[in-house]
Parts: sequence; C-alpha cells; structure tokens
Amino acid sequence: MKKELGSYQPLTWFQLMEVSLRELLVEKGVVTEREVEAAVEDMRGRGPERGARVVAKAWGDDGFRKRLLEDGTRACEELGLDVPALRLVVVENTPKVHNVIVCTLCSCYPRMLLGLPPDWYKSRNYRSRVVREPRAVLAGFGLKVPDGVQVRVHDSTAEMRYMVLPMRPPGTAGWSEERLAAIVTRDCMIGVAVPRLP
Amino acid sequence: MASARFSAGDRVRVRKAAPPGHVRTPFYVRGCTGAIERHCGSFGNPEELAYGRSGRPLQPLYRVRFLQKDLWPDYRGRRDDVVEVEIFQHWLEQA
Repeated sequence: MKKELGSYQPLTWFQLMEVSLRELLVEKGVVTEREVEAAVEDMRGRGPERGARVVAKAWGDDGFRKRLLEDGTRACEELGLDVPALRLVVVENTPKVHNVIVCTLCSCYPRMLLGLPPDWYKSRNYRSRVVREPRAVLAGFGLKVPDGVQVRVHDSTAEMRYMVLPMRPPGTAGWSEERLAAIVTRDCMIGVAVPRLP
Repeated sequence: MASARFSAGDRVRVRKAAPPGHVRTPFYVRGCTGAIERHCGSFGNPEELAYGRSGRPLQPLYRVRFLQKDLWPDYRGRRDDVVEVEIFQHWLEQA
C-alpha cells in the first residue's frame, strides 16, 4: 500500500536566502532565534486597524487632525502607537486632491500602522504603472477619480513612510470612533479606495 | 552634517547620472525638474550605508514635487497631477 507522504515543495530562492541568512546571523551571535520569532510575531500582530484608529480619531478631533498632518509620528505617539525608527507623513484627501502611495524602488510601506503590505503593492505592475498612469491604475481598483480632482502620487523612496487620510463619508455624523474605524480599510489608507458605508 | 541648501518652493533639477551601487533616486526622475515640497531632515547617505560605511556626513533629504507632464510627455490626465519623490540633496541642483 502506498503511504501518503504529502507533496514536497522545494524552497524558492528567496526562502532559501532567508533561511541561510537567519541561520548565519544566529550562528554568529548577532541575533537569537527567539528574537527573530518575536520580531515576526510583532509584525504579524500589526494590522490596518491601527491606521484605521488614527483616521477615525482625526475625523472626530480637528486638533488631532492638524497635529497628524503636521507631524504624523508624534501624533501617533499621542495615541500610544509606536512608530519605530520612522517618520510618518500623512497626506490628506480633500474634494480637490486624491493621494495614493507607492514605493517604486522596493516595497516601503507604513507597516507600523497597516501591517504587512498586500502582494499587489509589491508587484512590478503596480509599482511601475501607478507613477505613470495613476488614474488608469485607480480605475482598475474600481476607483474613478473625477476630472476635477488632482491626483498626487507619493513615491516612498527613502526615509519617510506615507499614509493617506481619506475623506470622512457623508452620513456618518455622530458615529463613535469605533464605528468610524470599521469603514476605514487598508486600501483607503494606501489611496486605492475610499471609505464607503456598509 | 551637510547644510540644507534648498527650501520649500525652490525649483530643482535632479542630476542626470547613473553611478553604480545602491542608489535611491529613481531613474524616472533623473534629469527632471520639480519643486521642493518640504525638507524632511538629514539622514545617513544610503549609498554609503549600503556598503557598511557610516553614511556621514548626513545628507539633507527633500520631498520634490514633479508635474506628471514633466515626467511623461504623453501623460493623460490633469495637467496639475503630480508625483512626489524623496531625493537626497547631493542629487539636486538649482534649476
């Protein structure tokens, strides 16, 4: 009788490089396995709900909104959100301006607020096209930016990380911060979508 | 630390160069003209840091705003659509 052994998948080149590098670093005493696991866990624990909380707060508190646009990192610290080793620039959508973020060089992303980036954000297709024909790319996401609205693309090529502050949709007056945060999706904070009422 | 030579609103041109190594100035803006959006502070030079050197003197970093139509002559969209890119001072010259 044939035993079921499962299917064997060889490591990809990047997986192999990751394992090799990690084992070397551990062997040389630069980091421990435990530290690597803790860092991975920490990263997995971060998700877009952190960014959504920041957006909801800004919608309800104009003083916070101004401080957030002035210095994103400091404003997040006010909420007890650590944004380690990074300068956060928050860009605001208005009736006249729509913002969208990208990293054309690699995949820089505001991980501390949005968690791990989606695969499409790292794809060559998105990275090369969104700085060239942003309106067509946004239309591909189902977002038609009106002709009267300027599109600003932010390419995170160096030290800054970006987050879009979307416009608060009409019909949400009197909503609690929790309820507001629930309609702020990851894609709204990248700028490829806008918040919609459920 | 290298002192900041530009401030918001200044017109700048990105050097048209192709040095080898770890360069964080995208090709699509090299040789193009834009305006300083803001000075972001000073940071270690990534072209040095990538090779285990100190990255000093720190280099001023700017966000430079380019009109899409200045980057892509056939750009279809509004004439005031822009791309904003972070560029280190040693890649910029007065325009």
